Amino acid sequence: MDFTFIAGQLFTGLSVASILLLAALGLALSFGLMRVINMAHGEFLMVGGYLTYLAAQWAGPTLGDGYLWVAFPLAFLGSALLGAVMEFTVIRRLYGRPLDTLLATFGISLILQQAARHLFGSTGVPVTAPTWLSGALTVGDVTLPLVRLFVIALALAVLGGMWWLLNRSRFGMQVRAVNASREMAAALGVNTRALDLLVFALGAGVAGVAGVGLALIAPVNPTVGAAYIVNAFLVVVVGGVGSVLGGAAAAVLLGFVTALAEGFTSVSLAQAALLLLVVAFLQWKPRGLIPTTSRALEDA
Amino acid sequence: MKPSPGALVTLALLLILAFAPLYLGAYPLTLLGRVLALSVAAVGVTVVWGRAGILSLGQGLFFGLGGYALAMHLKLTATPPGDLPDFMVYNGVERLPWFWAPFASAPLTLLAVLTLPAAAAGLVAWLMFRRRITGVYVSIITQALLLAFVTWLNGAQGLTSGTNGITDFQTFLGIDLRSPGTTRGLYWVTLAAVALALGGTAALLRTPFGQVLTAIRDNENRTRFLGFNPAAFKIAAFMLGGLLAGVSGALYTLHLGTISPAMIGTAFSLELVVWVALGGRASLLGSAAGLVLGQLAKDRVSSAAPDAWLYVMGALFVLVVLVLPQGVAGLLARRPRAPQPPLQPAAPSPVPREVSDAL
Repeated sequence: MDFTFIAGQLFTGLSVASILLLAALGLALSFGLMRVINMAHGEFLMVGGYLTYLAAQWAGPTLGDGYLWVAFPLAFLGSALLGAVMEFTVIRRLYGRPLDTLLATFGISLILQQAARHLFGSTGVPVTAPTWLSGALTVGDVTLPLVRLFVIALALAVLGGMWWLLNRSRFGMQVRAVNASREMAAALGVNTRALDLLVFALGAGVAGVAGVGLALIAPVNPTVGAAYIVNAFLVVVVGGVGSVLGGAAAAVLLGFVTALAEGFTSVSLAQAALLLLVVAFLQWKPRGLIPTTSRALEDA
Repeated sequence: MKPSPGALVTLALLLILAFAPLYLGAYPLTLLGRVLALSVAAVGVTVVWGRAGILSLGQGLFFGLGGYALAMHLKLTATPPGDLPDFMVYNGVERLPWFWAPFASAPLTLLAVLTLPAAAAGLVAWLMFRRRITGVYVSIITQALLLAFVTWLNGAQGLTSGTNGITDFQTFLGIDLRSPGTTRGLYWVTLAAVALALGGTAALLRTPFGQVLTAIRDNENRTRFLGFNPAAFKIAAFMLGGLLAGVSGALYTLHLGTISPAMIGTAFSLELVVWVALGGRASLLGSAAGLVLGQLAKDRVSSAAPDAWLYVMGALFVLVVLVLPQGVAGLLARRPRAPQPPLQPAAPSPVPREVSDAL
């Protein structure tokens, strides 16, 4: 176990954490605001990945590497639209019934996965990363693939954007107000229903962008969302529900622990150990790293 | 006490099912026995979810513990004395792992089937409920634990036979498992287990214990203020659910002649929940019947059109929740003179109940 190996593992962990973080952001947003657990959230990742694949197919021949700049808006808008439709047709009708929402959204995720299998087949479709991302940076003995660096930068950019949106914009002020007290915010003229829809669509769109990053790293297949969703949930739970900063810390923590554990034991044992670790962690801090404090007796 | 109409219907159905070996062919009988074995786990979900309001997405863990406990015994009996099970030999394991040793004995195995899943459920529940972890957190944690178990089973090839699962059983308690008479006997044993699970649970839920569970489901804090310790009741309910899942897993393993990680995974655990939801999460008979009919329908549809099945499942999840939150049993039980209060607050109220009540 030399330093180079550990540094390489940590770097891989960081890039995995970036995608986890992007996936968890949307989850945390909609959970914080609506107390809704969206089991189909991973499928937004999948949709983003497939849209990247389509963008590469359509725009690749004419734009070359420029397809990536088509893929980003396409993945964001496509996933956001899907999220908006889901919120409007199903989730809106189930507010106040979190466990039922969980089941319904699980059903939606089954349908979306099967639809992906129908459209694209069950084996993964590869997306070729642009040539300017194909190299690697060498720091000392450690090689850092540019694609993974790009994904980390992407996550940081989105994280910064979200922070600005939530803490500095009027929209963010309204979101925080509804978070604190839905009734009071509504009484002061915030259109809470419209806000729910927007926030849900935004979370879905961010997951779609994460899907672009995912497609650059590995082939996209119908179960890619399902593979990420449990870990994304763990990020939300460990980070503290509704906390962007806690989520970021938890994503990095989980990414590191997985990558390091995989370096020492098998992948399956590392995953099992991680899940047990999270359960143990919740014994110590049942409300996550950065809990949202509230004087309410019950909050989901 | 006058028996309820539900109890009478249950009794009549069990009686009709008891004579199934006389009028059903070999394949329908094995299929029916198999799904009846699963319905024991569904009864457990009714207690845990329908009554105590805990949505566990990891019942496969306890189902698997029961199933694997029995499978290890069956594997050891099918192996000549002194030899190691075949898959261990292939994987270069030289000594019987310590946790296999007790399963050479039949009484110990039966004891393990009855206690191991319940004990595991008790431990999981204690870890969660003493820290007041509730709601969707419980669902996520149980699912994560199941995932950890399945991942370990898959990875530890030499100890658990990995993805292939444990198979090639011959005898149980000296009875040849492959003779036609055994199929019939196993069917009746299964039916007896179903009857016992339904009857025992129904009796238990009618006691004050059952009423406290319902009170916790409807408002945990209020129950706490009344002087009850919700954690203790929830742990007990979760253990009962684990026990029933374990028995179900052991019976299912006997019926199928094999157990593998794929049989107990996330998909299995969620299917269990959706059939219970369809039948009626709060109704014992409803959820057991929902599971039996649902699995029979699955057998038909998935052999005719395997691709369509996942669409059907997905649509069922959404529709049951949107249209039939109390399942078919809730639809049948809707009588005008005794309106059932909704299970969860019907009005969308993301504001905590305590606060909105105080306003």
